[in-house]
Formats: sequence, structure tokens, C-alpha cells
Amino acid sequence: MRFVDEYRDAESVHRCARAIARATTRPWTLMEICGGQTHAIVRFGIDELLPEGLRLVHGPGCPVCVTPVELIDKAVEIARRPGVILCSFGDMLRVPGTRGDLFTAKAEGGDVRVVYSPLDALRIAQETPDREVVFFAIGFETTAPANAMAVHQAHRLGVGNFSVLVSHVLVPPAMEAILGEPDNRVQGFLAAGHVCAVMGREEYEPIAQRWGVPIVITGFEPLDILRGVLRCVEMLEAGQPGVDNQYARSVRDEGNVHAQRLMRQVFRIIPRKWRGIGLIPRSGYGLRPRYAGLDAEARFGVAGMTAEESTECISGQILRGVKRPHECPAFGTRCHPEHPLGAPMVSTEGACAAYYRHRRFARSEA
Amino acid sequence: MMSLDLSCPLPISDYPQVVLAHGGGGSLTAQLIDKMFGPAFSNPLLDARHDGAVFESHGGRLAFTTDSHVVTPLFFPGGDIGSLSVNGTVNDLAMCGARPLHLSAGFILEEGFPMEALWRIVQSMRRAAEVAQVQIVTGDTKVVDRGKGDGVFITTSGVGVIEHGLTIAPSEVRPGDVVILSGDIGRHGVAILTARESLAFETTVESDCASLAAPTLGLLEAGVEVHCLRDLTRGGLATAAVEIAETSGLRIDLEETAIPVLDGVRGACEILGLDPLYMANEGRLVAFVRAEDAARAIEVLRSHPVGRQSSVIGSVAEGDRGLVTLRTGLGTSRIVTMLSGEQLPRIC
Repeated sequence: MRFVDEYRDAESVHRCARAIARATTRPWTLMEICGGQTHAIVRFGIDELLPEGLRLVHGPGCPVCVTPVELIDKAVEIARRPGVILCSFGDMLRVPGTRGDLFTAKAEGGDVRVVYSPLDALRIAQETPDREVVFFAIGFETTAPANAMAVHQAHRLGVGNFSVLVSHVLVPPAMEAILGEPDNRVQGFLAAGHVCAVMGREEYEPIAQRWGVPIVITGFEPLDILRGVLRCVEMLEAGQPGVDNQYARSVRDEGNVHAQRLMRQVFRIIPRKWRGIGLIPRSGYGLRPRYAGLDAEARFGVAGMTAEESTECISGQILRGVKRPHECPAFGTRCHPEHPLGAPMVSTEGACAAYYRHRRFARSEA
Repeated sequence: MMSLDLSCPLPISDYPQVVLAHGGGGSLTAQLIDKMFGPAFSNPLLDARHDGAVFESHGGRLAFTTDSHVVTPLFFPGGDIGSLSVNGTVNDLAMCGARPLHLSAGFILEEGFPMEALWRIVQSMRRAAEVAQVQIVTGDTKVVDRGKGDGVFITTSGVGVIEHGLTIAPSEVRPGDVVILSGDIGRHGVAILTARESLAFETTVESDCASLAAPTLGLLEAGVEVHCLRDLTRGGLATAAVEIAETSGLRIDLEETAIPVLDGVRGACEILGLDPLYMANEGRLVAFVRAEDAARAIEVLRSHPVGRQSSVIGSVAEGDRGLVTLRTGLGTSRIVTMLSGEQLPRIC
């Protein structure tokens, strides 16, 4: 399969791993931002190919994992209302809120549907005008353009029974929040290729300069990730912070300007609460006043709902890379995919679930 | 009086209601069986936890199994609920090492369902029964109010006869056995998903829905010492391997590069963030045989159209009870676990 096989070729991968070993003279801690990268690292055992002392920690780039618990509660509450069809991406359904998950809301009679695109939810709204259709718009800069398009279309076409529960978050403010923590261990980043395909590289330059860290825009296949690691190590060893793009086949310097324009038109930057991390200023998107009529929180009167996170789940430390999943006392015992205490155990992109699924034998290590 | 309360507590307290994942074939389904059905109905035949029950009757051995079919859409590339309902039960019998003989068919029809569609389903069942050389000898029909069914639900049960002296079950798997897979994986899951969600890919992936009776009988007639057979259904190859590893108390090591996956299936899985190891199949099996029998077993399986791509994909070892490992194409290894429910497409 083109664009996949050449990036999984064992010989190229091992050659790159050897280059990393040669380039590494002391211990380094790198963070891959994106949950898709975490998944690939664990699925392909990429960390097994790295030299001792070179450590990958798993960042907050799993949209399911960072969606705050009160937003799950809001979605569950809306899904339980009669006449509502709640549409969501698939792996959001199993995330526990304080009042159950969306699967349970569905079992109790709520009409909860998995969609692959927000435009599918809009189509459902057009086809069922007698029902209220709500799309649970979560994710990073990657899902924001399509969600913005759905909002824009609904507004333009006057689809009155469509609304969105927005929980968009942005990568750069989270990186700064991680770097600003007193217990931060991260010395370099593999930036999320898909996010950068939309946003470009510009917004990472000031972060690299301000904090003196290398940031390497990285793809998702084994060879992509290893090349990202190699470049990051080279920059660290040479003491040269900055931004580099190892995913040029998908990421242009300026990103996707059409998508950015649409996102700016529909969304404004607001403070957002991150599960496990807390409130980060200017870290998410909310609807602009022009589109306020499409805001599901206002339409269903759930804006004021708040909820406290489980105190047992250390997802904040996991998402900031301070601890690894198997270092959590609840890992694999009181917290496992059938009974997640926190979101990182739910999504296949979540660091805890990835460790549980592919790494149970490593539980006693490290 | 306390003892009365304690004797029958509700066994599953995690979920006060049934959720879809209880039927997904993953660990929640296993939990339902372990905690509710298993203890309630416990007997040696059921407790063997095989695809069907095998028992002595009038000097011979019979296999008996049942399977309910609910599928959306009813018609999909490569099959329909009719062929699925016949092959599903035929394959469960075949996995007991039985020659499938007789099937029953129970139909739950929804008021308003088009007669023409029902006719197509029935014709498809007839053809599938012919290919598998079974007869549908008894049946039942119920109609439910419009809105209380999903068009058609079909339950088939089947009886087969065992014509050899082997015990074929997970408990018979031995260290040193090899794992043979009869073909590429994941087609049925991708065919259903793309048809259900109207996802358009460059190539249409057809379901692998097929009878596995002929190749398994072929193995037995050729005198291969088969230790265990399992058809890969919901939950895919990964779930089947984990179940057998857990029941046998042994470790199974799989080689990722030996497992064939059609390009169309790989592509769809890459795009949707799904893993072919967990995708459903309806015409694939794994056979556990002694290493010295592997070449002959593969020769026999490959002589049947459904087994043309048969190959050794792994082996069985002692230790690490119930563990399944997968060696990746990069030479690294990871463990393979059961999913809790159905695979959910990733967000980005």
C-alpha cells in the first residue's frame, strides 16, 4: 500500500534507529504530542528501538482524553432529552462522565449515533426536521475545519434543528502549559503532523525560542516517528532549539489557509478546561456570537453544569508526561478499559489504553 | 435469610442495563457469559466453552450449536443475512470437527418487511445450504410490530455428526503446536462497515462469508491430528487467539507479517483507525495442529477455494498463561488483548 509500506519498511526503520543511537550521547526526554503517534509507538513497539536513556512520554494529544468530564456530563444530559439525536465520533461514547457514558445513555433510550463527519450529523438534521440534532464537536485543530464547515453550512442553510456542543482545544497553549510546570521533564517535542497540516509551523516558532526547545513536526508511521526523534535528538545534542518539519509530504509551512479562514470565521479563541490539566487560557475554540444560535449548551440549558474529576485518576500527570501509565497505582487493577477511571484508558489513542492493550507484560517494569 | 439473598445476587453490577458492547464479542460479552449464562446453566458440555456442544448419542458423537443473526444492512457485498445465518451455524459445527447435517431456521420478521427481500434472503439460504451440504429441516416464524424489529432476525441451530475419534477443543492445544490461518482477515467487517456507513473506497471489499465445512472435513479425512479449530467471527483473529490462549492456559505467538490482509481492508482500516486483527470475518478459521502436520494441513486447506491462502501464522508455547504476543514487521513485539466491545473508529 503506497504511502504506508515505505514508512514501515523494517530495513529503513532499523537504519534510522541506529542513527538515533549514534546521535544520542546522554539521556533525553521527548514528548510526542498526538495520541495517534502514541498509538503507533505502542502498536509498532517503536520505543523498543530507542537507545537506553532516550525516553518518549505521551502528550495530551488525545481529544477524547482531554475533554473535561463536565462536557461528557452535558452530552449525556442532552442525549437523555426526548426528541434529541446526539451525534458523536465513535470513541467518545465510552468515556465515563460522572453520570455514566453515552453508551449507557443510549441503552436507557437516548438516540446516540456514531458519525464519521460532522456533515453527516447535519444531513441527519436535514432529514429529520422534527428532531433536535446535536453534534458533539470535540478535537484539536484537526477536526475543527470540518466542524466549522458544519456550523457554517447549518447557519447558511438555516437548519434550525441543528446545534453543536463545542469542546475544541488547541495544541500550542497545552505545550506551553506543560513547559511551564515546575515538574516538567520534557526537553523536546514531536509536534502532531495532522494539526500542523491545518495550522502550519508558524505558531511553534515562538514556543521553541521562548522555552529553548526543539519542536519537530512529525508524521504517524514508524519511520516518520523515528525520523522525528532523530531530528529532535540532533537539535538537542547540538543545543539548537527551533522548529523543523519532518512531515513535509503533508505539512506546508503556512498550513491549510482555507481551513484556517473558515475556522477563524466560525470560532473564537477562549479559555478551555482540559481533563486532568485544568483551565488553560486561550486554549480552545468557542462559537463566535454570530453562530450563538447553534450553541447546544445554551439551547439545552446545560451551560452551568460542572463536575469534579475522579481524584484517583492521575491523568493530569500522565498527560503532562510526568508519569507513565504503568506508574499509576490504579493501572490495570481498579482502572482498565472496561472500567476506566479516566479518559486516557478509554480511547485507543489514550496513553493508558495503549499501554494496557499492547504492554501489559511491561507493567512490572521501570 | 441472608443466605437466600446472597445465593442469587445480580451477577453483573457494572452496567445496570445491557449495552451494545455486551453483544460485541469482546470482553463484555465474555463477562456476560462468565457471570450470568455460564453459572446459571453450568454443565460439562457448556463449560467446555467451544463453538458448539459435542456429546455421545446412541453409540456415535454429535455436535449441536446455535447462532442468532442480526446485521445491518441485510444485504452487503459478498453476502446477506441469509447466507450468513447458514454459514455461521455450519461453521460452528465444522469447528467441532463435525460433518454438518441438519439446520433449523427461526425467523423474526418485522411487519411491513418487503416480501421480495425475504424471498432473496430465503434463496440465499437455500444456495448456502446446498454448498455446505446441509438441509434446513425445521423452522419457526414470528412477526413483530413495525418498529420492534430490524427487518429480519434469523436464528439457526444445527446438528452435525462426528466421524473421527479426536477431541477438538481449546483444551487440546499443546505447546509446540502451530497456528494455521485459512486466508486473509477482516473482509467481512470492512464490507459491513462500508455498506452500513455508505463509505466509498476505490475498491469494494466483499465479505468472506463462506462455509468452512469442506476444508475442515478435508483435514480430518486426511488424518491430520487437529487439536483445535476456531472460526474467526466478531472480534476477529485477536479475540479468537486470546480466547484459546486463556482456555488452554498457554501462550500464543503470532507473526504479523504472516497474516494476510487485503489491500482494500488495510486501506479502510488505516483511514478509520481500526485494526484488521479485530475486524469480523465469516469464512476464516484458525487450526492448531502439531508442527509435523503443518505442511500436510496447509496442502489440504489450500486445495479448497476458501483456504487457498492458508499459512502458518504462529505457534504455541508454554508459560505466560493466556498471553498472545504479536511480532511486528519491525521485529518488535506487542501483546494482543481482547477489546471490551466493538472497535470504535478513532477521531483523528
